Amino acid sequence: MRRLNRICTALSMVALSATAFAGPALDGIQAKQPTNWHAIAMFCIFVTLTMGITYWASGRTKSTADFYTAGGGITGFQNGLAIAGDYMSAATLLGLSAMVYTQGYDGYIYMLAFFAGWPVILFLMAERLRNMGKFTFSDITAYRLDQGKVRTMAAISSLTVVCFYLLAQMVGAGQLIKLLFGLDYNIAIFAVGILMMVYVIFGGMVATTWVQIIKACMLLLGGTLVMLLAMSKFGFSYHNLLSQAMQVHKLGPKLMYPGSLLADPVTAISLGLGLMFGTAGLPHILMRFFTVTNAKEARKSVLYATGFVSYFFNVIFLMGLSAMIIVGKNGDFFTDGQVGVVGPAAKLIGGGNMVAMHLAKAVGGNMLLGFLAAVAFATILAVVSGLALAGASAISHDLYARVIMKGKASEATEIKVSRIATICLGFVAIVLGILFEKQNIAFMVGLAFGVAAAANFPVLILSMFWKGLTTRGALWGGYGGLISAFLFVLFSKSVWVDVIHMKAPLFPYTQPALFAMPIAFGLAYIFSKLDGSDRAKAEIEAFEDQYVRGQTGFGASGASKH
Amino acid sequence: MSSEMYELMRNNPKFQLLVKRRGRFAWTMSAITLVMFYGFVLVVAFKPALLGRPVTEGSMLTVGVLVEFFMFVFFWILTAIYVVRANGEFDSLTQEIIKEAQKEGK
Repeated sequence: MRRLNRICTALSMVALSATAFAGPALDGIQAKQPTNWHAIAMFCIFVTLTMGITYWASGRTKSTADFYTAGGGITGFQNGLAIAGDYMSAATLLGLSAMVYTQGYDGYIYMLAFFAGWPVILFLMAERLRNMGKFTFSDITAYRLDQGKVRTMAAISSLTVVCFYLLAQMVGAGQLIKLLFGLDYNIAIFAVGILMMVYVIFGGMVATTWVQIIKACMLLLGGTLVMLLAMSKFGFSYHNLLSQAMQVHKLGPKLMYPGSLLADPVTAISLGLGLMFGTAGLPHILMRFFTVTNAKEARKSVLYATGFVSYFFNVIFLMGLSAMIIVGKNGDFFTDGQVGVVGPAAKLIGGGNMVAMHLAKAVGGNMLLGFLAAVAFATILAVVSGLALAGASAISHDLYARVIMKGKASEATEIKVSRIATICLGFVAIVLGILFEKQNIAFMVGLAFGVAAAANFPVLILSMFWKGLTTRGALWGGYGGLISAFLFVLFSKSVWVDVIHMKAPLFPYTQPALFAMPIAFGLAYIFSKLDGSDRAKAEIEAFEDQYVRGQTGFGASGASKH
Repeated sequence: MSSEMYELMRNNPKFQLLVKRRGRFAWTMSAITLVMFYGFVLVVAFKPALLGRPVTEGSMLTVGVLVEFFMFVFFWILTAIYVVRANGEFDSLTQEIIKEAQKEGK
């Protein structure tokens, strides 16, 4: 009976989204482009397939371990694809190709900064994460510290990161669907939010992981295809490509110079720190390490993930460069039909983030545009699902089961709370997505990374490596990092001026990490040192056992049997 | 119970060996990555013109693009080296430590 209910709910969701898409296309007023049936068909296939997987997963999601971590039974290769999937979001595909298109070399620098955190995560964190964590990364920070207080802090900072990141994804989704289906932005946001809720609520981590894997394969395939077709127009010669790009682009010979994005050293360094250590503090990425069987598989998954991510970033770089000539010199892609100087993306149909989509249409027609659009949409759905699951687990596992119920909640109620939390997060994402319509999405991801780097990362790394960390130090470091990162972002130009419309920013830099990370580390150190209580002494002593477990994996939660 | 096991493992000289070897290896690898990456960021910040230069006269390939591409590949090779050593040498050492502790604990 319950299963029947699930099917009905799933079907009605599909029907709901289908009618939502059909609606505005009928009156055709908003649709600047004819409805793309290829895209709609491919998107429907993806939704049907993933709904099937969600249904299958719902039968396998019985315990909390199944719901949060797919029972710890994911292989290294599968998890590697899923991590790559989590990491290569729509902001990566759309935002970074647009950044290369408008700013040339700056976009490539940005990508390296996104990438460079991975090896360090592997060397210093991957196996300790797997050996000590169970469902959320607060399992590690709270391992020998005060469960209630430290988990509350970690949950709050996780939720902040999740909300920022979700925001970026939702805005990308709205813009994409608006262009592709000629659909109202707000309706698109609702559709994404509702599909996300269905995946997470019914399928938990099993469905989320498989949605992620399928989408990662589609993304790698679609991106490669577009890149190859685009490069064939230049005889696969980087020399040809670049000499033509320099002729048409407004930056001209300065195209391959670091430019305006990283105009001052402080922004460049702060961005580098934020992207690198932010990766190591993203709750939905950290959570992926708990889905594999053991530390061995955790390491393998990083190896696969870095391979895929590194490859794909280079594909995006070539896509952005070739779009300068293929898209930038084609009047069809501009709102006024005029070819101007290539660079400013303002007059591109659908806005600056549509560079990759226009390129797909130019080199492969409607079929390829349809495929890439479906991929981008799938990407958004997969990433928001991972985020929603991470956010929901912070609420249900950390706040509800451990803080409020003090570990006495039954598995069934914990999962129920998780599902309710997913619904709440879904609606928050929808509302914020509508409010932040006009922001650049790659840039917002940068902000999410800044908060992750300053609030989550310092306490996590100290709890694993520094014996002297006490509850008081962790709380000061965590809250200090969170509040300072949040305020730096709030007072920077991107929010204070662009969103709240004040005259001048109170904080001169857009990237918070360089300033907020030392605050977090400093506070954690000072207040741990000042903490002379008996409790603190016991916590410091407990480090020894934690250390052996982190090193050997003895006592780590294993894979549950199915 | 498990606290006793941890005690046994900690006192095993092999554990000290594992921690020392792996620690040194992991920190060396991290240091290489961090120095290369932040060295690059500093060049971006203070000497941007250096990166815009062509590799050879008349070439479209610039120093910046070449260096970055190299780092994308090199960092991946570093992860591969780490995974091979950790999943082989370090993991067998770990298994020995756990087995010996279990034998002693009984």
